[in-house]
Amino acid sequence: MARRATLLFDGSEWNFATLSRTYEAIEKIAVGELGLDVYPNQIEIISSEQMLDAYSSIGLPLMYQHWSFGKRFASESHRYRKGRAGLAYELVINSDPCITYLMEENTMAMQALVTAHAAFGHNHFFKNNYLFRQWTDASAILGYMDFAKKYIAKCEERHGLAAVEEILDSAHALMDQGLFHFRRPPRLSPAKVTERARERLEYEEQAHSDLWRTLPAPVGAVEIEEAEREALERKKSLHLPEENLLYFLEKHSLILEPWQREILRIVRVIAQYFYPQGQTKVMNEGCATFVHYKIVNRLFDQGRMSEGSMLELLASHANVVFQPSFDDPRFFGINPYALGFAMMGDIERIATQPTAEDREWFPDIAGNGDGMSTLMNAWENHRDESFILQYLSPALIRKFRLFHLSDRAVDGFCEVGSIHDERGYSSIRSGLARSYDPAAQRPDIQVVDVDLLGDRRLQLHHIVKNGILLEESQRDATLVHIRRLWGYGLCLTGIDASNGAELHTISLA
Amino acid sequence: MPIFIDRRLNPKDRSLSNRQRFLKRVHDDLKRSIGEQVKEGRICDVDASHSVPVPKRGADEPKFRNSAASGERHYILPGNHSFSAGDRIAKRPGGGQGADRAAGRGEDEDDFLFVLSRDEVLDLFFEDLELPDMVKLSLRETVTYKPHRAGFATSGTPSHINVARTLGNSLGRRIALRRPSEKEYQAIANEVTALEAEPRLSPPHRRRLTALRVELEVLERRRKRIAFLDPVDVRFNRFERLPLHNANAVMFCLMDVSASMGEREKDLAKRFFVLLHLFLKRRYDRINVVFIRHTDEAREVDEETFFFSKQSGGTVVSSALEEMQRIILDRYPSSTWNIYVAQASDGDNATGDSERCARLLRNELMKLIQYYAYVEIIDERESEIFGTTDNGTALWRAYRTVNGAVASFQMTRIAKPADIYPVFRKLFVKQTSASGQQLKG
Repeated sequence: MARRATLLFDGSEWNFATLSRTYEAIEKIAVGELGLDVYPNQIEIISSEQMLDAYSSIGLPLMYQHWSFGKRFASESHRYRKGRAGLAYELVINSDPCITYLMEENTMAMQALVTAHAAFGHNHFFKNNYLFRQWTDASAILGYMDFAKKYIAKCEERHGLAAVEEILDSAHALMDQGLFHFRRPPRLSPAKVTERARERLEYEEQAHSDLWRTLPAPVGAVEIEEAEREALERKKSLHLPEENLLYFLEKHSLILEPWQREILRIVRVIAQYFYPQGQTKVMNEGCATFVHYKIVNRLFDQGRMSEGSMLELLASHANVVFQPSFDDPRFFGINPYALGFAMMGDIERIATQPTAEDREWFPDIAGNGDGMSTLMNAWENHRDESFILQYLSPALIRKFRLFHLSDRAVDGFCEVGSIHDERGYSSIRSGLARSYDPAAQRPDIQVVDVDLLGDRRLQLHHIVKNGILLEESQRDATLVHIRRLWGYGLCLTGIDASNGAELHTISLA
Repeated sequence: MPIFIDRRLNPKDRSLSNRQRFLKRVHDDLKRSIGEQVKEGRICDVDASHSVPVPKRGADEPKFRNSAASGERHYILPGNHSFSAGDRIAKRPGGGQGADRAAGRGEDEDDFLFVLSRDEVLDLFFEDLELPDMVKLSLRETVTYKPHRAGFATSGTPSHINVARTLGNSLGRRIALRRPSEKEYQAIANEVTALEAEPRLSPPHRRRLTALRVELEVLERRRKRIAFLDPVDVRFNRFERLPLHNANAVMFCLMDVSASMGEREKDLAKRFFVLLHLFLKRRYDRINVVFIRHTDEAREVDEETFFFSKQSGGTVVSSALEEMQRIILDRYPSSTWNIYVAQASDGDNATGDSERCARLLRNELMKLIQYYAYVEIIDERESEIFGTTDNGTALWRAYRTVNGAVASFQMTRIAKPADIYPVFRKLFVKQTSASGQQLKG
């Protein structure tokens, strides 16, 4: 192609002029040619230390303070300094406007790649994927985090660091059990939340009278009053069984103060905010990688990027989508970038140049001629599990040479179930899809009953799937945290998912 | 058009408070680790940043996790070379962990190394030594600098302007650019005034006046264009921060290693030596450390042997003093070296030898030595008995006489780390009041 256009940048140094010139060129391709639909972008330049900081506080620009973030920061920065781990080039936050962090150490070519990847790829995905649309509220998250940070700082001031830390420790331990998997959480509105918290506290302060403390307690009176209240609460029904332990504790624990409930709520809201990200890793990264690959190639074709820059980007692209095989020392599971990128490319191929096999496997998309809209459709309406179940093609299974391995703890061997052949395709496809279902991977713990009138013992069930039990020391330590939030005894019963048999019971007085 | 925000200028160390919270949480573990590292490491290594393993326990974040050792799992893995359906692969001994790791789900959360900065290390080290804050500060302090004049500079603060230089430059420039001098200008101006004052002017005078006026105007323009003092003339005194001149010091560590010195005694002795070393390091560029251990005979050894190997035999303290004297005369002439001695012992000595030690110190050694610190490590139960009284072992009594006679000889009994500091008190007082008065070299 003739080189009519001028280079967007030359050399590896960047400045704000080249950044914004490149951004505009990328935007023209992303929105104009690929038809992506994105939130407005806000691009922030940060140093490597700030990058470490951002991902040790779970990737949010605003975060309350907790020792565990300090621990993560220390271990991340240690690994980074020892050269054992590279730093992410970019971090992107699902918010409106969409915030992308660029590292100052990146070369200009990398900044272009990252802009295409994050500010357009991820951004489009956040804005359009159904999970994000339904489960997160991009416009409110920053406001909410601002509220959370201030609220917790205020609690620390009022109730002491140790008391707040105790609650946060316990809440963090239950973060994975602080999710609604099926019920959609109500939308956040930070102003209303703050208002409510303030009102609660104010009411509490007004209603407090030190006189009450001096009244001699009539024998049994407290119990009766409490019992009435409990009876009422029970009538309201506790919505049992409840899978969201944090929610249950926040609403029904008898010993928590209002501010402690608010803290549980904050942790729960953050956990819920990240819930879609965990379910769309392959798609999200696949989408972003596919988009940056398209855009960068297009820029090169337009003659707006030099061969040197292009070579640099191809090298880093190749690193990102590298998939070592299972026996490679570098192997750490399937690389979501590699699988995602390969699948996006494959879908485009199926749409435009299908083989006979593709026509048989994907009758509704094969040869429809419009790769991009097929992809857009997939990005919008799937999560990893359904996406893989729907779109993983035999061609890709062969390319990755996927095989199914089953491992029973009692056996001294693993067994190969199926391989990349005619008989194995569908079982590999569904097996891989299942491994991306977080609900299937995460321990399933539910509150099933609590006798508020009696001993207030919290009855928990662990639904044991495939005989996979909980790690004991961790389980016991976590139960202590639940005990702290609940205030009374509890017991955890393992229930076999296949036949409902009770496997074991642990009690905590 | 996106919004670009440069966050690099934001305040650094946003994570510092999280780090402090974390440090507080694992404080006891860190302190134990530092204690162990000090015990095992070299004396001069204390004064640096350390990598400390943070045990998983202290900073554990429990959550419900699937156990790797139970149930049935299914993996889909890439890169099949030769397997076909139904193949069985023997697990590596060690249980399911291999498979778990292979599947990338093994969470590797073992102890991780945590790098503590030098200050944090010293904080932990000082904690039970109970040093006064002033002393902690002076131990922390790095090299001190003093500004020295070093030529001139074209930039600086107004208070550093060198007037003579600046005016010299100004004069040179004015001459070179032929700026009309005040005198020249005044002369013409006077003449103009005089002519203007004349009631009637003859034509030649009138012509002269016009010419003079033109000339005056030219001169004025020139004077305006060429400033009296231009920024290029200004010179500042330049200062260079030079580290204070420090001399060499040698530190002798003397220790009784007979069987009565156990693990606890050696640990205390080590802290004692470390403290002196830290102090010396603040004051001297180069410190040599000489280790002399003794039973009934003394020998110079390396640090490892000094702290870790055992030797049996009687106890003759004077042998160590003689060995030290020999080394001083041999290698560290007191004219060029500052000599510091730290001696640790449990107070045992052969009968009659203590007097000899005292004599040796009083008459010969103390003349060469800058500071002599002696600690007698006693049992915690004994500390109440011995704490106040002057009696004690023969060595202690003998050293008391030296202590009375020579000011730079200090001694104390220690039973726990907090007791160590008093023996150095004098040293630090001296340093803070009149620094460097005794420097040689």
